[in-house]
Amino acid sequence: MPTKPAGTLYRGREGMWSWVGHRITGVVIFFFLLVHVLDTSLVRVSPEAYTAVIGAYKNPLMALGETGLVAAIVFHAFNGLRIIAVDFWKKGAKYQRQMLWVVLGLWVVTMVAFSIRHLSLALGGH
Amino acid sequence: MTATIDSPRSGRIAPQYRRNGGSRGNFEMVAWLFMRLSGVVLVVLIFGHLFVNLLVGEGIHAIDFGFVAGKWADPFWQFWDLAMLWLAMLHGTNGVRTIINDYAEKDSTRRWLKTVLYSATVVIIVLGTLVIFTFNPCPVVDGVPLPGGFCPA
Repeated sequence: MPTKPAGTLYRGREGMWSWVGHRITGVVIFFFLLVHVLDTSLVRVSPEAYTAVIGAYKNPLMALGETGLVAAIVFHAFNGLRIIAVDFWKKGAKYQRQMLWVVLGLWVVTMVAFSIRHLSLALGGH
Repeated sequence: MTATIDSPRSGRIAPQYRRNGGSRGNFEMVAWLFMRLSGVVLVVLIFGHLFVNLLVGEGIHAIDFGFVAGKWADPFWQFWDLAMLWLAMLHGTNGVRTIINDYAEKDSTRRWLKTVLYSATVVIIVLGTLVIFTFNPCPVVDGVPLPGGFCPA
């Protein structure tokens, strides 16, 4: 049995890199989701346990982490809609490259808006 | 001059082409469809979740036990969160299942990883569902309300 494949199916460019990005963001979001259900479940332990653990999210480092997580979610969401268009829209495969640039454009706009609002709330004096 | 090449499987194919012997039914097709349908719904549910929890009012500073109690006093948010929990966990589990199938070459490795994955999925879905529906804004231990709760005066 060969240990290495003889060739490669990876073709590079927009198609492959959007797929790589979709996988990586998907895994990151999944592991966050496991932790997020566990931390929210602390409301069932005691009010103070929940509020204490949630308090750990309210610092500048976590604010950046949350922004990174939302960046992953927004990319995965928009690129997911692009994948649906590729699969179900007649011209989807033809325009998959252009659609990736639309995805990235919308991602930048959404993230600029989110970051301004979230970081000014999270980092601003309170 | 350009050659015209038919799309794959566009003409009559004999004998009829089948992707599998039917032993697994059409599970993979259903899983593929589920990813797309749940994906669209999750975009709405999660964007709404992020907007209401992080961007409205004081944003993250407002999140504490009282915030959760306030949301889950309303069945609308209970079912919103329940749908998000189930759809996101099943969508994520199927995604990780695909990744395991792609990269784990040994049968035993794949089996192990998927056993761990499915166990985590069941635990998280059951736990989350129970928390949403057994949540008590005024938890009482030995007749004494716990501090921080919302107890009727």
